[in-house]
Amino acid sequence: MKVKVISRSTEEFTRERSQDLQKVFHNYDPNLRTHEKAVEYTRALNAAKLEKIFARPFVGAMDGHIDAISCMAKNPNNLKGIFSGSMDGDIRLWDIATRKTVRQFPGHEGAVRGLTSSTDGDMLISCGTDCTVRLWKVPILKIMDPNESNEDYSKPLAVYVWKHAFWSVDHQWDGTLFATAGAQVDIWDHNRSEPINTFEWGKDTVISVRFNPGEPDVLATSASDRSITLYDLRMSSPARKIIMRTKTNKICWNPMEPMNFTAANEDCSCYSYDMRKLDEAKVVHKDHVSAVMDIDYSPTGREFVTGSYDRTVRIFPYNGDHSREIYHTKRMQRVFCVRYSCDGSYVISGSDDTNLRLWKAKASEQMGVLLPRERKKHEYLDAVKERYKHLPEVKRIVRHRHLPKPIYKAAALRRTMIEAENKKDKRRRAHSAPGSVSAQPFRKRRILKEEE
Amino acid sequence: MTMNEEIMNSEKPVAENEQDIPDELDLKARKYLRGSGANLETLRDKKLKGQLALREKLHGQSAKAAAKAEKWLMPSEEGYLEPEGLEKTWMIKQESILHEVDIISSRKAFDMILPDLGPYNMEYTSSGRYMLVGGRKGHLAMIDMLSMELIKEFQVRETVRDVVFLQNEQFFAAAQKKYPYIYNRHGTEIHCLKEHGAALKLQFLDKHFLLVSVNKFAQLHYQDVSTGVMVANYRTGLGRTDVMRVNPHNAVIGLGHSGGKVTMWKPTSVKPLVTMLCHHGPVTAIAFHRGGQLMATAGMDRKIKLWDLRKFGVLHTYHGHARTLDFSQKGLLAIGNGSQIQVWKDSGNQEYESYMTHAMVKGYQIGKLSFRPYEDVLGIGHSMGISSILIPGSGEPNFDTFVANPYETTKQRREKEVHALLDKLQPETIMLEPSRIGTVRPPRKKEKPTKKEMEEEMEAAVEAAKSISFKKKTKGRNKPSKRTKKKEEEVFKAKRPFLEQQTEEKPYKKQRTAEEVELPKALQRFSRKKAS
Repeated sequence: MKVKVISRSTEEFTRERSQDLQKVFHNYDPNLRTHEKAVEYTRALNAAKLEKIFARPFVGAMDGHIDAISCMAKNPNNLKGIFSGSMDGDIRLWDIATRKTVRQFPGHEGAVRGLTSSTDGDMLISCGTDCTVRLWKVPILKIMDPNESNEDYSKPLAVYVWKHAFWSVDHQWDGTLFATAGAQVDIWDHNRSEPINTFEWGKDTVISVRFNPGEPDVLATSASDRSITLYDLRMSSPARKIIMRTKTNKICWNPMEPMNFTAANEDCSCYSYDMRKLDEAKVVHKDHVSAVMDIDYSPTGREFVTGSYDRTVRIFPYNGDHSREIYHTKRMQRVFCVRYSCDGSYVISGSDDTNLRLWKAKASEQMGVLLPRERKKHEYLDAVKERYKHLPEVKRIVRHRHLPKPIYKAAALRRTMIEAENKKDKRRRAHSAPGSVSAQPFRKRRILKEEE
Repeated sequence: MTMNEEIMNSEKPVAENEQDIPDELDLKARKYLRGSGANLETLRDKKLKGQLALREKLHGQSAKAAAKAEKWLMPSEEGYLEPEGLEKTWMIKQESILHEVDIISSRKAFDMILPDLGPYNMEYTSSGRYMLVGGRKGHLAMIDMLSMELIKEFQVRETVRDVVFLQNEQFFAAAQKKYPYIYNRHGTEIHCLKEHGAALKLQFLDKHFLLVSVNKFAQLHYQDVSTGVMVANYRTGLGRTDVMRVNPHNAVIGLGHSGGKVTMWKPTSVKPLVTMLCHHGPVTAIAFHRGGQLMATAGMDRKIKLWDLRKFGVLHTYHGHARTLDFSQKGLLAIGNGSQIQVWKDSGNQEYESYMTHAMVKGYQIGKLSFRPYEDVLGIGHSMGISSILIPGSGEPNFDTFVANPYETTKQRREKEVHALLDKLQPETIMLEPSRIGTVRPPRKKEKPTKKEMEEEMEAAVEAAKSISFKKKTKGRNKPSKRTKKKEEEVFKAKRPFLEQQTEEKPYKKQRTAEEVELPKALQRFSRKKAS
């Protein structure tokens, strides 16, 4: 007879000294864990509820400007710093960590309309309605000390006066050029007092300009004649142009897929285009109920943030047609500019009420350093939430957002209007000769024509 | 030819060896796959198909990884008993086993003779570390089985019918003369559960924190012990019973009744989920296999039956009485009858045959058999105290620290309790097939029967109407003509609902097709509508 029974000595299964870690044993046999699915579902449901409870996106407001904020610029060299320009000509550098002004750059006599910093982060370029472009040296970030003389930084490096008011400025991602938009598109060099190149296509004012992050010589502009134009600096004339039904306020390139850009449009939607294929939008991002004023991509390229005239900030996935998140407060007025922070974890919005507001990009994210176990737990909960997101109870909790009453009503009104439009369209098609009116997808419907 | 054959032969074993290694791993991984994968062929949505295919792939990989890691994660091997020569396992006595095994294991077998307050009932915690003992005449005790120390012993001076541990060894419930009570490990009475009445049997669902009792009036009570809410209270209506077991797979309660029926209950339905007629006589014991597909029942009709719970059909019927039944973690079945214990083992194909036997002292009446989890030990509660014997190969050799840990520290226990409360399942999650949670409801069957079905139904109805025999009426009303007329009327009555359905459908369809074909949409509004 051969016999063996399970026999465990306590020493083998417990720690030797109290300083040691407890010994841990695993057995992944599914029979040991009963009700696996029910437990997972319960965890997903609880995680969804906890996410709602911990959703506190608003971090703080940065108060200081005395007029509406018109533009913002990130400092690629400094994670904590952000520049903001206001309608009264004031430019400030903020320390996001302390939410205080570090430095002011006085000089502009009208509204500051464009701000950008060079790729190395040493130079700030501003332009405004006073027909000047100013180049500033960026200081090392320190809290403003009234006794310290800040003469070095309060005077611009250079002031270039030009013929027309400026609406926007953007610096090349790799190089020494920058572009301004106004009555025409001008290309400037740091060291020249006059533009080195000028583009014009039509007589209307150009209102925004953005360089391509992948190809330093390509830039996109939008103009008040409802057009989006692509330029190549190596050519003497603009490359391509599309005209939409409504004006595009701002453009932002996807930093990870630099052939794609998203346009913030006056008709409450954003349109993602592939620059090689401009006859239809790749995605139409709709959720806002008023004109979208500004747009900025996350450095990861997976998400972008928009600020709108309807007093809300929304975050969209780059390929999703509806927003993931909506931020609003009672005191926040029309949002004119938004930026993602350089690490992609915060969103900054500047609005009509003279404040900059700092938001978390993920509303319920835990701030501060995460312990490995905490991070693992968060990852696990995210995974189960993802797995059970289609079940009605989880879905209801995850999707629900509280909206201010005016926005809720406006959204309902917009829905009715769109439905009515669709209905009318359908009837028109039904009552006309077959084939004479073709159904156009929404991705194409807002584009009037493409020119080359 | 011979050359070729030789080459073939020489090649074959190599190929087999190469195949064997992944096969073994696949077999191991099958356990972790938890059933077959989804059929993605029928999906039309390409995006979804891609996502699901990726999910399936990841799932397969993780199963394989778990199977590979088994070697290092699960160091202990399970026990065994192998006969040599003409010896049979069921002939081997406990004494000879105790001679062979090590000292620690031999200490696990003992006899505790407590003649005054018996018969005794006993229960282990899910980790197998603690044992709860309840004597019929009011003796309650808790024992740490690792150190064999008595933690607490006290008398309630009342009948104790059943004892059960709650979520851990900190609390236990005892079904006493009038009510069940909850005590803590120091023997302090925490609660008196008056709503349950005189409970005969108690069970605890640890994932749901539900205490289940069946009382003298055959009422089934579910009480949430974390909130104190009485979740459900149902009359079984099948008479007094003290045969109750939980199916560990799906937390459904099985009750055995004196009419030979076995019913299965969940807290959210008034009626039993399943009623099976299992025996021609009272059911004396039930046990569930931990896989949830196998049930053993014993009846007074001298039968022990094994049931397949997937189709609710009997697998095997054996002769014999059983006062108590229990399945071990590895699937051994213990049968207690009088002072005799038999342990059966699955010899493949779910055919159970005798594995070990044990005889208590003559006259001892075995009341309860319970395998100790994660050990090769069978606990016995009988009329003269409690005993335990060694059954090699009955327990799961490797425990999981986060599921049930025999060496749990206070801190670990506290943390586990908090996690258990956070993951507490709602009573609605108890169902016969627990893996159905989180799945999509299958498409509803079509409501309208097809034309053929309808015709068949009509024919059947007509046949039924024809075969009605009429009462004989008074003279003059019983003429053949009148009788045929009446019969025709009956047939027409039977036909009418079907004919009406057909007429409802047809004209509507005709009208639509006619208009669609003839008129363009713009002119449709001018066409005259037919009065329907």
